[in-house]
Amino acid sequence: MMLKTTPLNQTHRDMGAKMVDFGGWDMPVNYGSQIDEHHQVRNDCGMFDVCHMRVVDMKGNGVRAFLRFLLANNVDKLTLPGKALYSAMLLENGGVIDDLIVYFMTEDWFRIVVNAGTADKDIAWMKQQAAKHAPQLDIADHPELAMIAVQGPNARAKVWEALPGSQELTEKLIPFSAVEMGTMFIARTGYTGEDGFEIMIPAKAAPFFWQTLAEKGVKPIGLGARDTLRLEAGMNLYGQDMDETVGPLESGLAWTVDLKSERDFIGKAALLANPPSSKLVGLLLLDRGVLRGHQKVRTPHGDGEITSGSFAPTLEKSIALARVPNDVQIGDTVQVEIRDKQLNAKVVKYPFARNGKTVVSI
Amino acid sequence: MSNPSNLKYTPSHEWIKTEADGTITIGITQHAQELLGDMVFVEAPAVGRKLKAKEECAVVESVKAAADVYAPVSGEVVDSNGALDASPESINSDPFGAWIFKMKPDNAADVAALLDATAYQAAVDSEAH
Repeated sequence: MMLKTTPLNQTHRDMGAKMVDFGGWDMPVNYGSQIDEHHQVRNDCGMFDVCHMRVVDMKGNGVRAFLRFLLANNVDKLTLPGKALYSAMLLENGGVIDDLIVYFMTEDWFRIVVNAGTADKDIAWMKQQAAKHAPQLDIADHPELAMIAVQGPNARAKVWEALPGSQELTEKLIPFSAVEMGTMFIARTGYTGEDGFEIMIPAKAAPFFWQTLAEKGVKPIGLGARDTLRLEAGMNLYGQDMDETVGPLESGLAWTVDLKSERDFIGKAALLANPPSSKLVGLLLLDRGVLRGHQKVRTPHGDGEITSGSFAPTLEKSIALARVPNDVQIGDTVQVEIRDKQLNAKVVKYPFARNGKTVVSI
Repeated sequence: MSNPSNLKYTPSHEWIKTEADGTITIGITQHAQELLGDMVFVEAPAVGRKLKAKEECAVVESVKAAADVYAPVSGEVVDSNGALDASPESINSDPFGAWIFKMKPDNAADVAALLDATAYQAAVDSEAH
């Protein structure tokens, strides 16, 4: 099968990227050293090609009411135009179809950003539900919109330098909100645990914008560092930390699920009927080695499994997210099976690192 | 970086250097370290362990992935590079210098039969296509 490419594909190659097949997309995994790129974002700033993620606009009368039913988090928390909300979208049985960010723009326009690998499935589901509950809505995805994330303590200042007029517009933007700038859409969001922007821009303009950022000293960062940054920041990755076979409550997403209000939403009945027996925790490896996805976790309360694991460059230790039985407590020591060994790991509350610093005690 | 012509190689990307005393020193090639990326952990075999040719005996882990290192020939482990515990990244910066372990081969002829630099490069090139 031909790999899909983003508008920045040639740019990555010109900048010396090592390209890999990432869920059917030809994407840069690094431009040299993944660890250097990781530190670059924690300490200064870097930019990521996230064009493979999909923008979906929902427009029409009653879009809020529909989203109130479609999403596990409550869009009624969104009262200021431009404000964003992180939510899971669930199946009737409570399994996670995808995690996404929804922006409230006006009462008849909400913008949603979904994951690349699940985009087609997500849109089909949204349309299927809308056909039943809100047939008047117009649901359109925008593959012609490119997306570039600029992240790190100096990210906003660099974007302001690269994009004349953007400072006035975005200086007062509170975290997790967005504003339009002509054909661009600038959101103070990200997937690294650092400050910064995610910027949507017409695909044709993306290579020029990327080059301009590069000229201002913003370094390109591959998907390799994107994964270690998000893992340190304790952010879930769809397809690894949760999927259709597990619910949000087993996936560390209880904070995004509103079960207290009267509001009904798809999956709510299943969540109420099936209280979770496991939970997502952080692990910090005490012995030498590297935690990886699917390694078995042995605890006195039963076995668990690592969902995401890696070496964490900020901590200079190996960390993981793991799904373990409910009775496992923060501070416990558990054993992880790595090849023929049982290595000790401490159960910790994540995130592990944010805003340039380690935030767990190691 | 080209593959030094004084070394022997395996298709699984180990390099082998024959020392004056007949022991061999083993590491992974430039090509292997480049595939794996930033190295963060090395587990060398225990000294005294008897190995068969092609047996998994060490592990190198990068941020990205774990990879097995295989015994190039049969023999006994006589030394391992403890310095890699503290600086696994030296495999990235100096792949042909950052050795992982040393063996006393059962038969010197087994070592002579391994790939030379040219044959190894041909194996790498054919892998890429």
